[in-house]
This record gives sequence, structure tokens and C-alpha cells, in this order.
Amino acid sequence: MSLDVMTREGMPLPANVPARRLIVDAHQWTAVAQQLHEAGAYLLALWGTDERDRSGLFRVFAAFLASDHVVVLQHAMAGDRPVYPSLGRWYPVAIRLQRAIYDLLGLESDDGDTRPWLRHSGWPEDRFPLRKDVSAAATYPNRPRPYPFVPVNGEGVHEIPVGPIHAGTIEPGHFRFSVVGEKVLRLEERLGYTHKGVAKRFEALSLLDGHRLAARVSGDSAVAFSWAYCAAVEAITGTTVSPRTAYLRALALERERIANHLGDLGALGNDAGLAFGLMQFSALKERLLRLNQDVFNQRYLMDYVIPGGVQSDVGPRLIRLLLDEAADIERDVVALRAIYDEHTGLQDRFKDAGQLTPSIAKAQGALGLVARASGIERDLRVSMPWAPYDDLRPAWVLRVEGDVAARVQVRFDEVMESLRLSRLLLEKLPRGSVSTAILAVKAERIGLGVIEGWRGPVMVALEAEESFAIRRCHVHDPSWQNWPLIEHAIIGNIVPDFPLINKSFNLSYSGHDG
Amino acid sequence: MLDILKRIRRTGMLSEALPELGEHEVHVQRIHARLHRVFGRALRIRHIDAGSCNGCELEIQALTNPYYNLEGAGIAFVASPRHADVLLVTGPVSVNMEEALTRAYDVMPDPKWVIAVGDCGACGGIFGASYASRGRVSDVIPVDATVSGCPPTPQALLHGLLLITRHPKPPRGT
Repeated sequence: MSLDVMTREGMPLPANVPARRLIVDAHQWTAVAQQLHEAGAYLLALWGTDERDRSGLFRVFAAFLASDHVVVLQHAMAGDRPVYPSLGRWYPVAIRLQRAIYDLLGLESDDGDTRPWLRHSGWPEDRFPLRKDVSAAATYPNRPRPYPFVPVNGEGVHEIPVGPIHAGTIEPGHFRFSVVGEKVLRLEERLGYTHKGVAKRFEALSLLDGHRLAARVSGDSAVAFSWAYCAAVEAITGTTVSPRTAYLRALALERERIANHLGDLGALGNDAGLAFGLMQFSALKERLLRLNQDVFNQRYLMDYVIPGGVQSDVGPRLIRLLLDEAADIERDVVALRAIYDEHTGLQDRFKDAGQLTPSIAKAQGALGLVARASGIERDLRVSMPWAPYDDLRPAWVLRVEGDVAARVQVRFDEVMESLRLSRLLLEKLPRGSVSTAILAVKAERIGLGVIEGWRGPVMVALEAEESFAIRRCHVHDPSWQNWPLIEHAIIGNIVPDFPLINKSFNLSYSGHDG
Repeated sequence: MLDILKRIRRTGMLSEALPELGEHEVHVQRIHARLHRVFGRALRIRHIDAGSCNGCELEIQALTNPYYNLEGAGIAFVASPRHADVLLVTGPVSVNMEEALTRAYDVMPDPKWVIAVGDCGACGGIFGASYASRGRVSDVIPVDATVSGCPPTPQALLHGLLLITRHPKPPRGT
């Protein structure tokens, strides 16, 4: 059977984007993954479930982004011997994802790297907390133990350990640099420090409450995650939200994109020695957050997107304010962009720093704005637009250089494009209600929400009971794909450029760690 | 360079007196003045994310924007807990950050204060306690004040800084 036939003929999977589900055996698991790879698909997420209470089986799922639809492979394993083939050969990100699946569920891939990833020392190695027969209330003493970093040997090579606590107001993680002089030979990341058991926590929540937890998977992407979660809820309950709801959600998503990009543009200027940039952009961002407070009654839109709708409507006076603000921000960003572009000292730090070539970005499966700065056309708002992006037709933003300068330019272009989309959304805002009742869980009981957030595509895979209990909820942040890319981008750069390069990616620790 | 100077002139001074904070009627200047009286001009804060979703970090970062102008009042963030008067801790404490948080607290010189930030830091928040999370900060290290909110606003954070100055305490651990 050809790949196209297989993926088109799989069962439709309820989702906000076109999605199919294929049930495969161990051989097909790798065969289809390989064919998808050859067809240019990317691995979006990999996760497992414990079905032993129902069928005696464990399952592992892989979601792929094909050109215009999502393909989900589902593979079952015997409860007493849960082993499955690694996808790491074609999708390098799978290796860390497989290590995480083992830490939480004890499902074993046949990959060579079996070091723990999310489990540091907080629970015993023979306890798999996401299994259904492990109590959510169980806690364990911490027994710190060393982590086997890959050593780099040679004349004059030494290691610099950094973290988990970093020097600024940022999230925790560990970076192990192997350097000669100031030049970086190799960087190895160790993450998982903010793992707080999100997946297990979901299973104690009702379907109609889970959006609050989803919004807090990565606070800077609250709209993206809560929308993805609500899209999954709406998919498995057959709920259609009003066009007005879709427009207001997109407005919130684009404001989240603008706010984060403004913050990053300021921080990137600062990391390259231009404090003026930080002051200007952080003031712009503050203005945007204050208008959020006026319009949505919250500075960060943690609880705006709710199942079936949005928390509050936006009236004509607020629409006027939002339109005026968009014009103000656009004028200021254009002026600041000219200053950044013409500032020789700044461009000297940005150019060629932390370069991620298009070939490495492609081979590693880069997602989101990092991919778009390395010449890869990856934006689900364009390639598989869900409502209302099918009305809006967002433009591609693309750069090919793959350095810090390119990631800065992509942010500038995306701020301008998001301002344009925000104006369109406000001007064309359809009439109607902003809430739809969620009635009943459909027979499939499984659904997907995929939303292109400011960092890249976030995914929520949800399985619920008829009682509205959440049976399993897996969330995926694109930082999983992009963290390993920094290990590539830093090679040959100097240690003092790491903060700038790291900031240009601005990945989520919390979103990754779960 | 000329463009930058023109822009700075046009932007003007944004630092402002903030709206009143309800019953406390606290303005930024009053907070600043009080902090000066207690700490002189050298209040130093070390922030530690002990497992946060990163929402609180965004609002802590906002304290340094021109509107709140924390550094203008002599309050600054430092890179080491050894240099800090106040530990500002966010998140439910993840088990994977428990050791790092405890070690950072232990190396702070006395007198020292700990403020648990956000609903998670104050009471465990939506994550609570589990195999992966110890819940609120006070279950791991001693806490002197909490600032609720998800995330707390910059005004609430400033208010939290003020509160510890109202309840000075004897140095701990001497």
C-alpha cells in the first residue's frame, strides 16, 4: 500500500486541522515513519498511554506534520513487555521524547541513549508515575545522583557547567560547555528541572477545567496552549464554536505573538549591548499588556480561551482602542527597526552569530520561527489554516541566513504581519455569541488540537470519558524540537555569545519539561 | 546615534506614580522611600524559578521596564544568592529543583528574606503537590511573605517587597 493511500485512508481523527489516525504494528511503525520522512514530513510529538486496565496493553503514539495534514500513528504493546522501535534514525528529536516516555511510563524504545531525561532523582527508577496503577498522591524522597554527560577529551579542553539556576530572571536548565579557550567545541543540555507532572495532573481534572492547566504549561504561550486544549475538547465533543469566538481567539493569539516578539527584540538588543533597545521595546510591551488589562481584564491572557468560547466579548469602544494601539505600535516598531538595522555595533553582534544552516534545521526537524529563520516554510496558519486563519490568509515570513540577525528579522516581520492580521480581525469581526455549550463526548473519545503559537506549533492530544473525566492529556511544546538545535548553533561560537544566541531562540523550559 | 537620542527625547520619562493599591494606598514612590529607609540604597534580589510556568518571570522582568523603573529606585537583581538580601521564588517547587533551591537559600548571607511569588509559590497553585512537585515554597524553605496572582502584577510584586520591610525580623540562623 502506498504511503499516500495509507495516510489518506486512515481513520479521520477529530481535530481543528485535517488529521488522520493509522493503527500500525511494530514493522509499520518504522516503515510508515520512514516513508513520511522521505515525503518531507516532520515529527511533531511522541507520547504513550497506559491501557492495561481496559485491554492489557500500552500504546505509543507519534504525530507527524505532513504538508497539509497531521498523521497520527498508534501502536500497541503487550502490558508485560512494552518495547517499541525507535524513530531516532529519521527524527533526532524522538530520542529525547523516547527517554521522557520511559521515565513516565516505562515504555522502552530500542534506541542506544537510555539515560533518564525528565527523571532526575525525585522518584525511583522502577516507578513510572504516569501509569494508571501509580497513585497521583504518591511522593518520594529526593536522592541526588550524578548525570553522565558525554565527555570531550583533548589538549586544552575544559568544561563549564552552567545552571540549573541562571544569572537572569529566566527559567532553570543546565548547560555543559566543553571549550578550548573561549570557543565552544560542544554543548550538552540537561533539561527537566521544571517538570511538575502536568500529564498526571490533567487526569485529576474535568474536561471543562483542563484549559486552565493547559494555559500554564508555558505561561508565555497561554493562548496557544489553551486554544489547542479547547480545540481538542471541541473536537471530541463535536462542538462548533461561533465565527466571532474564532476571531477573538485569533486576536488573542496574535497579541501573544506581538507581546513576546516585542519582549525578545528588546532583550536581544540588550544582550548585544544596546540597553536603549530593551527600554524602548519593554515600554512598548508594557503598553500592550495594559491594553490587554483594559480589554480582556488580564495582562497575560491565561484564562481567556475557554471550552466552547472566550471569557469576554469585545465591544465597539474597545475595538477602536485596539485599532488605535495597533497603529501606534506599528509606527514605533518601524522607527525602532530602522535604528536596529542601521546600528553597526548591533548588527556586528547579530550577523553570523549562532548560525543554524537550513540543512541542519531540516535534518533536525526545526519548528516555528526558528525554522522560518533558517529558510524552512513551517507555519500551520499558512499551510493548514484552521478557522479563522482560512479567512485571513497570513503571509509567509521567511529568512534563509539562520543566524541571530535572521531570527531578529523574522520577529520584526512577524510583528508587522500580526498587526495586519489583528486589524483584519477587528475590522471583519463577525456578529454573534462568544460561547457555545459543550454537550457530550463523542464515541471516538480522542481528539487533537494543534495551534501555531508564537514559538511554533503546540499540540494537545486528549482522551476523555463520557463522564467528562480526562483519561489522558498529552501536551507538546515546539521547544522539544528546537532545544537540540542550540547545541548545533553554538558550535564554534564563543561562550560570551551564548546568552545572545540562546535568547534569539527563546525556548520554553517549562513547556518542554511538562 | 542621533536617531537614538531623538527617540529618547521623544519618549520622555515614562516612570510613573502607579494607581493606588486598594486598602494599602501604596504608591510606587512610597514603596521606594520605605525600602530606602530599611535597606539604604542597596536592596538586592535574587530570583529563582523553582518550577514556574514562566508567567511570573514575565511580570518580574516587567519590574525593570521604564514604567516601574525598579533599578531607578536602587533595587536591583543580582546574579548570585550570595549577593542577595531577598530571594524571590516562583513556581511550585519541582522535585528536580528542590536541591538547587535549598542550596541557594543556604548560601545567602543573613539577614535574608524569602518572598514566594504567584499562586503556585504561595500555595502550590494549579499544580499542587505530586511525585514531581513539592507544592508551595514554604514546604521547602522558610518564607517571609507571599505575593499571590497568576501571574501577580508588577504592582503586586512591588507591594510584596514593601510588606517584608514592614515586618523586619531578626537575622535567621545566627
